[in-house]
Amino acid sequence: MTACTECGAELSLHDDLEVGEIVDCSTCGTELEVLETAPPSLDRAPELAEDWGE
Amino acid sequence: MRVGLLYSRIRRDEKLLLGELRERGHDVEKIDVREHGFDLDGTDAPLMDCDLVVDRCLATSRSVHLTEACETYGVPVVNSADTAAVCANKAKTSLALADAGVPTPETTVAFTPESALDAIEDFGYPCVLKPVVGSWGRLMAKVESESAAEAILEHKDTLGHYEHSVFYVQEYVEKPGRDVRVLAADGEPIAAMTRSGDHWLTNAAKGGEVNALDVDDELAEVVADASDAVGGGLLGVDAMERGAPRAPEDATGDDVEPGAEGGYTVHEVNHTVEFKALDEAVDVDVPAAVVDWLEATAASETTGLEVTA
Repeated sequence: MTACTECGAELSLHDDLEVGEIVDCSTCGTELEVLETAPPSLDRAPELAEDWGE
Repeated sequence: MRVGLLYSRIRRDEKLLLGELRERGHDVEKIDVREHGFDLDGTDAPLMDCDLVVDRCLATSRSVHLTEACETYGVPVVNSADTAAVCANKAKTSLALADAGVPTPETTVAFTPESALDAIEDFGYPCVLKPVVGSWGRLMAKVESESAAEAILEHKDTLGHYEHSVFYVQEYVEKPGRDVRVLAADGEPIAAMTRSGDHWLTNAAKGGEVNALDVDDELAEVVADASDAVGGGLLGVDAMERGAPRAPEDATGDDVEPGAEGGYTVHEVNHTVEFKALDEAVDVDVPAAVVDWLEATAASETTGLEVTA
C-alpha cells in the first residue's frame, strides 16, 4: 500500500496509474502527484497556477 | 507513429488520449516539460525524432513557449505556435475573431482603472470583466453596478501581475441558461455539447450540466470560421446563442432551440481543449476521433498534403 505524504493514510490506487496523474487522498483531500508507478510513489501536487486551464 | 505528448499534469483527458494512442500501437513519449531545458536549437527532451508532438500543457505559458520551440526545431506540433499564441490571450482571440468577421461579443481592452471604468459605463450594467489569460471561468466578474466596478478594478489593479492591469471588458450576452462547446479539428466538428446552469457562468469546470448537441449548419459555419481565424488545429470553440429564450428552471439543454434569433456569438476558443466532459455527454468516441485527426495530421506532415477531416 502507498501512504498519503501529508496525512499518512493508506491510499487505494487504481491499476492504470499514470506518471503525472493527480490522485486525491480520500482522508485529508490533498492532491498528490504520481511520480512513479511501479512501485507507486507520490508527492504533494503543485498548487493551481493562474495560467492553468485549456 | 512516434508521438510526443507535452504535459505537466495528466488529466483524465490525457489518459483518454494516451489510452487510445497506445491501443493503436503508436509509440508514445510522455514528456514532462518540467524536467527539461529547451535551448535555441534543440532540447534534451525526447521530442526531436517525433513524427508529431501534441501540446497538452496545462500551463498556458508553457504551451505558448514550447510550441514555438518545437516549430523552431522543425518538429511538427499541434496545435501550432500561432494558434496557441492567439488562443492563450482573450484579447488576441477577440481581435482575430472580429477581424475574420466571426460573431463575437463586443469587447474593449483598457489599461487603467479609469479607462476601464469608462468602458464599463459605455457597455452599461451588467457587463463582464475577464482576465486576458486564464481558464475554467476563474476571476471572471459580472459587473452589475458602478460601485462594484470600482471595487473590482481596484482589486485587479493591485493584484500584482501586470496582466491584471489589462482590463478586458465585454458586453454581457443574455443566453438561454447555457452555452455551447464544439470540439473541432481544423474547423470540422467532432462533437458538441451544451453546458447549462443557473449561474451566469456555465462552464463544465464550474459544474454546468452537459448535454449532447447536434451541430446545425449555422453553428458549423461559425466554428469553421472561428477555427480559421485563430489558426486552426484541435480546438474547443465556445459560443453563446443570442436572443434565445431562457429555458425553464427544470429544463435540460435539449429543451432550447439552438441559435435562436440572434445567432451564435463565439466568446472563447481553447487550444489545449479538455474533452472528458464531452466524451461522457455524446455518443461519439471523442478520443478515437482526436487520434484519427492526429494520425492524419502526422501523415500530412510526412507527405505535405493538407488534412481534410
